[in-house]
Amino acid sequence: MVEITIRKRPRTEAVVTQRKFFKKTARGKVIKVLRERYLRDDVTCGIEGCRVCSESSDATLPSSGSLDHSSYPDGHFVLPDTNVFLAQMDLMESPLFSPPIILLQTVMEEVRHRSLPLYNRLKALVKADDKQIWVFYNEYRSETAVIREEGETPNDRNDRGIRKATSWYNSHISITRPPVKGQPNRPLPTVVLLTDDVANRQKAEKEGIACISVRKYVEASKDSGKLSDLLSAPGSDNIEPTRAAGARQVLYPDYLPMSTLIAGVKAGQLHQGHFNANQYNYLEGNVPVSAFEKPILLIGRENMNRAVQGDVVVVEVFDPKEWKAPADEVVDQETTLKNDDADDSEEEVEDEEGITERKVMQSEASIRSLSAKQPTGRIVGIIKRNWRSYVCHIESTSLMSSNPTSLSQQTVFATPVSRLLPRIRMRTRQAPTLLGQKILVTIDRWDATSRYPDGHFVRALGRAESKEAEQESLLLEYDVPYRPFGKAILDCLPSEGDAWVVPPKADAVPEWKDREDLRGLIICSIDPPGCQDIDDALHARPLPNGNIEAGVHIADVSHFVHPDTPMDNEAAARGSTVYLVDKRIDMLPSLLGTNLCSLRPHVERLAFSVIWELTPEADIVNVRFTKSVIASKSAFTYDEAQVRKDDPNLNDDLTKSIRLLNSLAQKLKAGRMAAGALNLASPEVKIHLDSAESSDPIDVEQKVLKETNSLVEEFMLLANISVAQKIQETFPQTAVLRRHLPPPPTNFEKLKDILQKRKGMTLDVSSSGALAASLDQCVDLEEPAFNTLVRIMTTRCMLSAEYFCSGSVARDTFGHYGLASPIYTHFTSPIRRYADVLAHRQLAAAINFSPLHATLHSKSHIERVLEIVNRRHRMAQMAGRASVEFYVGLALKSRSEKETVIEDAFVIRTFRNGLGVFVSKLGIEGLVMFKREIQFDADNYTISVPSASGAESTTIAVFDKVRVQIEVEKDKNTQRGKVKMTLVSPIDSRAL
Amino acid sequence: MPPLPGTSLPPRRRVDILNDGGYRSDGRRQYELRDITIDMTPQGSADGCASIAHGLTQVSVSVFGPREAKQRSQTLHDRAVLNVEVNVLPFSTGERRRRGRADRRILELAASIKATFEPVVQTTLYPRAQIDIFVSVQQQDGGLLPACINGTTLALAAAGVPLLDFVCAVSAGVHGAAALLDLSALEEGDLPHAAVAVLPRTKRVTLAALETRLHVDRFAEVFRLACDAGQTIHAEMRRAVRTRTQELVAAMGAGPRAGPGEHVDRDVAMDDDAAADY
Repeated sequence: MVEITIRKRPRTEAVVTQRKFFKKTARGKVIKVLRERYLRDDVTCGIEGCRVCSESSDATLPSSGSLDHSSYPDGHFVLPDTNVFLAQMDLMESPLFSPPIILLQTVMEEVRHRSLPLYNRLKALVKADDKQIWVFYNEYRSETAVIREEGETPNDRNDRGIRKATSWYNSHISITRPPVKGQPNRPLPTVVLLTDDVANRQKAEKEGIACISVRKYVEASKDSGKLSDLLSAPGSDNIEPTRAAGARQVLYPDYLPMSTLIAGVKAGQLHQGHFNANQYNYLEGNVPVSAFEKPILLIGRENMNRAVQGDVVVVEVFDPKEWKAPADEVVDQETTLKNDDADDSEEEVEDEEGITERKVMQSEASIRSLSAKQPTGRIVGIIKRNWRSYVCHIESTSLMSSNPTSLSQQTVFATPVSRLLPRIRMRTRQAPTLLGQKILVTIDRWDATSRYPDGHFVRALGRAESKEAEQESLLLEYDVPYRPFGKAILDCLPSEGDAWVVPPKADAVPEWKDREDLRGLIICSIDPPGCQDIDDALHARPLPNGNIEAGVHIADVSHFVHPDTPMDNEAAARGSTVYLVDKRIDMLPSLLGTNLCSLRPHVERLAFSVIWELTPEADIVNVRFTKSVIASKSAFTYDEAQVRKDDPNLNDDLTKSIRLLNSLAQKLKAGRMAAGALNLASPEVKIHLDSAESSDPIDVEQKVLKETNSLVEEFMLLANISVAQKIQETFPQTAVLRRHLPPPPTNFEKLKDILQKRKGMTLDVSSSGALAASLDQCVDLEEPAFNTLVRIMTTRCMLSAEYFCSGSVARDTFGHYGLASPIYTHFTSPIRRYADVLAHRQLAAAINFSPLHATLHSKSHIERVLEIVNRRHRMAQMAGRASVEFYVGLALKSRSEKETVIEDAFVIRTFRNGLGVFVSKLGIEGLVMFKREIQFDADNYTISVPSASGAESTTIAVFDKVRVQIEVEKDKNTQRGKVKMTLVSPIDSRAL
Repeated sequence: MPPLPGTSLPPRRRVDILNDGGYRSDGRRQYELRDITIDMTPQGSADGCASIAHGLTQVSVSVFGPREAKQRSQTLHDRAVLNVEVNVLPFSTGERRRRGRADRRILELAASIKATFEPVVQTTLYPRAQIDIFVSVQQQDGGLLPACINGTTLALAAAGVPLLDFVCAVSAGVHGAAALLDLSALEEGDLPHAAVAVLPRTKRVTLAALETRLHVDRFAEVFRLACDAGQTIHAEMRRAVRTRTQELVAAMGAGPRAGPGEHVDRDVAMDDDAAADY
């Protein structure tokens, strides 16, 4: 049985031991707070061999103190003030700084109040083996406890407590070591108050307490040369005293009233647009508006004024004199603000981080190149917030207690996975359990007095880096609806379920009404391996007149999905099937997608066919559209089809048909290229999964395009174009079409400049044809991958293609820039894209197969649906890419456990303090950061890195080929796997 | 028993519940109880009175009876009825708030006290009678239910109501792997905790209240510790009762003759270490 005692608290001591005060909460309520304190005499001093405190065997301080310091030959202990830890933590952490330290409870608490991250560092320091630190709980020792006096600030009270503890220590040492008769008086070690607070030093001197400033102490100590480097700059040690909780200072300007905003936008004085954060520099963002060619640049927090990625904002543009170029520096929120505090305490106004941040801004401002000026401005109002739930991690340093049983409410930072978002401050009672998990956080508000937005916890997704959590977080991050289909939706499926078959042909059967029987044709499908939702199949056969009949057969989804049913509405809301590496989120229930609609071989399926009569030169003689019944003869993968086509021994009808299709496709492609279609590239890689169960990626491989890929693509393009013409003809107001606007020439400016300066190549962007031709010229004979790289970078300058309703835009903007086609739609993948379903319905109406549903006559309805579909389409692409990225990361991780991963990479961007590189083999982009000063030439896109000796320097420019070492390291704070790249050649940056 | 709503202060953040030096936020160590002050001076017309303070939690209890019930319908023919009424004074909580008689929290508190004492008070001696227990909460700083129970024990003793034994209650909580005794409001807001009332002589438990979630293994540990702490509290309470009795006896001029008899403890057969105090 443990000893249980009652701690007696004499009533006479009530002044010291009991505290009652009232405080006013933010909501204006007055709350009574009661505190008591038990003072004791058994708080130990921690000095070895102390007679009074002998029961403590774990004392850590040597009895003679440290004898190393020249100013204190009799030995000394250091008792640092709070400001020492706040300003000189690096010094305290240095292994060279080794005097025995007495750490007061008062000091610890004060550090904790000022900065939790510093407090956590301090706690780690106390536990470190190489330090002699004793924590003295002075507030609980009866002799050293102090209470705040009338009119005394908390800061003064703490200083007084620290001084009192120092003098107690000194007297304690002298009392416990009385001079022994007959022995010479041994000199007693001193306890030295180490503080940078001048006022505190003066008071201490008055009271006869030994005290010294940090700088003086370090200068007189043994390793002064090395240690003085660790001292922080003299400017930053004027730490402001803790402010009493008062009115919080406003950090951001207020928004203008909505009416002013709308009037301003109408009058053209203000500009409205979507806010885009800069993923490399969290202190910068931009807003593209129609009034300027270049987006408006917003520099600094105040000018970004609480906007979050995707918000619709109103911007006021500054005077052209103040226009600037974007910064060329990578500024990472996590490193710049690592010491910031989650708690919304009052010090938020002007703390160190604010200063650091301003320093970053200043240094940037001086370097900003003058050439590429952009309009700058500030946000004066928000039209619409686009806040949603964000996938985040809890930052471990912002936690004040990681005790798993703690139920206390803590204010912590949640760092969103996306680099475009600011940290979110939230309060939670379960912070310790959420550490290391992916969680969903919603932003609630962002007050002008708060540096960070406030949010709340929604739910936990699971351990970071577990596949389930990562997968779900991906879906959430890109807003992909992934709930299972509900009963109302499943009720729309045919009641036969997977036993459904095309009924035998008869006139009375509704399925066969107006359908052509194409079961006899030799039709096959060509898809990627493992494809389950086969939505297209092809055939070709020579006609007696020397022409060729070619057909594209698309799964007849509109036969099953009727307009305005729950299934239709759900599909419209989902917009698109999303393909992740190891999962597919269907747009339609899988019974349809992978079975009834899927044009599987050897079964009869309903289809919507486009059949052309083509001349052998691939010119269209005529085209017809019909609903049909087909029976595919085979489902090939691209590889199988390729092999079959190339095998001279095979001469069956199917093979001939493929060869015929291929020859046509080549001619079609040639025709398209001649018309000015672009051959663009995007970094596509393929993930090989080990097995279905473990799904550990074993390899990453670049996608190789085969001839048969192009075969399928050409016919799909042809079908889409033919269908687009037909539905546009029939429904000039409401046809569902797809277009790709020509990119504004300004988008290419930078790329053109880089190419010109670095490679002496020119890029002609006057038209898609000219661009295609000049892209073909961009060849580096030594570097076959260079052309691909240029194509990838060109692609990034493009606008994205979009669906639109033919009646909503001018006729001359229908064109598809990339495909160089005057009109285009999506018709060929109705199982996975909703726009295709709409096109199917319109085409069916255009050929008088079925009447058009009323909603498809309404321009506004189609616009609304397409807007959603456009967004989903974009999100689906990004989610797919992010999923690949995650798996590449996993593959890298498992690879880097076995060996160091070193790959070739191209430099694609230069920063003032780093390089952006692209690893084409893995399809990933990364940053190489330099800690050391490097020379940066913004005009020539080069950086010069001095070698370790500093004698010569290596110059690296955009498009240079380098070798990088790739590691996956876990960010300590966020538990987020981060790809870290370091340069291996031409210069080793690991040491830099 | 969790603190009454409104009692829980907005959590004063950045306070270590148990710091690395083994001290709690008020300077106590793990197994140290707060200061207990007991005052058994009679007040008003009550038959028995006790004011008890556990740290800053202050409760005063008045006992009336056994007496004739006001309403005959509520009496029981074979034993006395315990009637517990709790009055939480509006200024006792952090946030000033007046509570009605029918406040659910208060009714629950009263029900807990009643359930605790029903098996301890020898009600069968007073058929058709009623014993009124009025609890008045003056200040709250954690451990409200234990304070009410301890206060009630003392008031009943002062009123001369026959009890089988003292009832000694204490709260205990878990922080990480460490068990803490007698939690303050600050600690109660942060930790899972239980209130336990024991009969120190028979070592039986008449109340174990746990309203937060706690692993069963942890609970066993905490529960055992709280039972042990009950003994410590018992010693304190008994000392107070004896002092009060001595004062009374002295006042009546019928003090016990000097001699060893004073030290004979016929009342309670305590375990040795607790009795060694005398």
